Amino acid sequence: MSDATSATIARAPQPRARFRNATEETPLARAVLIALAVGGLLLLIFAPLAVVFAEALAEGWGAAVASLGNRDARSAIQLTLLITALAVPLNAAFGIAAAWLITKFDFRGKAFLITLIDLPFSVSPVVAGLCIILLFGANSLIGGWLVAHGLPIVFAIPGIVLATVFVTFPFVARELIPVMIEQGRAEEEAALTLGASGWRIFLTVTLPNIRWALLYGTLLCTARAMGEFGAVAVVSGKIRGQTATMPITIEMLYNEYLSVAAFSMAALLTAFALLTLLLKTMLEIRHADQLAATRRH
Amino acid sequence: MLSKPLIQRTAMPGLGLSAGITLTMLSIVVLLPIGALLLQGAQFGLANIWDTVHRERVWAALFLSFRLAFLAALFNLVFGVLLAWVLVRYRFPGRRILDAAVDVPFALPTAVAGIALTALYAPNGALGSLAAQIGWKIAYTQWGIFLALVFVGLPFVTRTVQPVIEEIETEVEEASATLGATRFHTIRHVILPMLTPAALTGFALSLARAVGEYGSVIFIAGNIPLRTEIAPLLIVIQLEEFNYDAAGAIGIAMLVISFSMLLAINLIQIFTRRRIGHV
Repeated sequence: MSDATSATIARAPQPRARFRNATEETPLARAVLIALAVGGLLLLIFAPLAVVFAEALAEGWGAAVASLGNRDARSAIQLTLLITALAVPLNAAFGIAAAWLITKFDFRGKAFLITLIDLPFSVSPVVAGLCIILLFGANSLIGGWLVAHGLPIVFAIPGIVLATVFVTFPFVARELIPVMIEQGRAEEEAALTLGASGWRIFLTVTLPNIRWALLYGTLLCTARAMGEFGAVAVVSGKIRGQTATMPITIEMLYNEYLSVAAFSMAALLTAFALLTLLLKTMLEIRHADQLAATRRH
Repeated sequence: MLSKPLIQRTAMPGLGLSAGITLTMLSIVVLLPIGALLLQGAQFGLANIWDTVHRERVWAALFLSFRLAFLAALFNLVFGVLLAWVLVRYRFPGRRILDAAVDVPFALPTAVAGIALTALYAPNGALGSLAAQIGWKIAYTQWGIFLALVFVGLPFVTRTVQPVIEEIETEVEEASATLGATRFHTIRHVILPMLTPAALTGFALSLARAVGEYGSVIFIAGNIPLRTEIAPLLIVIQLEEFNYDAAGAIGIAMLVISFSMLLAINLIQIFTRRRIGHV
């Protein structure tokens, strides 16, 4: 056979029948499923996000910015930042300690301990606030003693921090535990035999391995801490200028029909939330291998 | 059989410190407050708790909260699996944005979600006015509560099911196809059973979140007693009247019902895992 003939065969037109892989859906089914997914998210996620900014800017930039500049609004923003700055490190410290305890030691009742750490996920934030009032309220034994000694918890900042730590309790621990189980104990044990102290092992061996997972858990925790409403609404007493956080202020403004002011503050919180999501997505793309294998929350 | 010691001996440092921090914080933040609620209930008495819970308004609120939370979680179960499938299996423009958007309900404060959904779906809102033209009232009815609960529970099922779909080997689907199964048959009898345990986990998380949800619901609900009043709102109302006994009774009822539901889902999960025999 000459070269020319074989070239002709190679160039012979292939049968152009549209051949569908047996492990794919028909194009129509795909189109319908994609349309349902896109449509659902448009109605549930994108439209509400757009409304927040549209309502905030309903009377222009000037009105929106001015509404964030008054005394109560500034105090709410400062309070939310303060609460987040207190609650998130507390939670990170707890998460690291709990993950170290659970992954570096073997003891009875470990599964039960993990269940207890997860417990706040299945308790309503309002019930969480109620529990804190019953334990630390001025009428209770502990709360009464603390108030008498000048340290009120409920209707004050410590109560808001406590409520925020409660609702975000499992975030960091849940993110760290799977990662630390996967990494095992071999590296820490090697450092130990070489004579490193406990803190040195943690700072130079463990922390570099878990830093992205720690950051990831902390991000989730921050987003939730800034926006917590139910538990804070119950324990804060909603005192304007004193215990009203940003979400509480949004509720008060909305109920007073101050739509632009309410949505301007909501837009500010939404911007924080979207920034968190952006950082989280970047972490997922760049450090996927160092995060918990499943993206469960 | 040798009984396992309480704590296995090891040279690893930090046992005292990590156990100390963990148990102290767990006690102060979670265990003591929940203990205080249970103690309050014990002092109030079982009969009194029952009388409080059995009042018409409380009963209606509890039933409404759990019924709508269940329906919303069910919707999220179906839509969440669909979403996970589309995001993992199909490539189309905007897929990454869609994937990131699934997490918005985790990050967006519930009060913000509440006022945004209300503004959108109220009779004078952009989408609410469209619905009103066909006589469908969404905000200030049970539909509004359902919508808010769907919103807050949306990411759970998708995020638990996505990694499982990513791990399915196409060989399984090819085998099913070579044996003559239609695509629908393969999805129904091969793929969906593999997703069931993860989907149930997501369902349980979504349900637990929806049952206790407060912030996003109270704005859109209208809060009409017996019709659109949720159980957490009743607790808030009792607390505002400093009626700690009644608030505690409703709180305990909510805890008991949610824990029993989660226990039931866990049992179903163990059963399906055994039946399917993997994961």
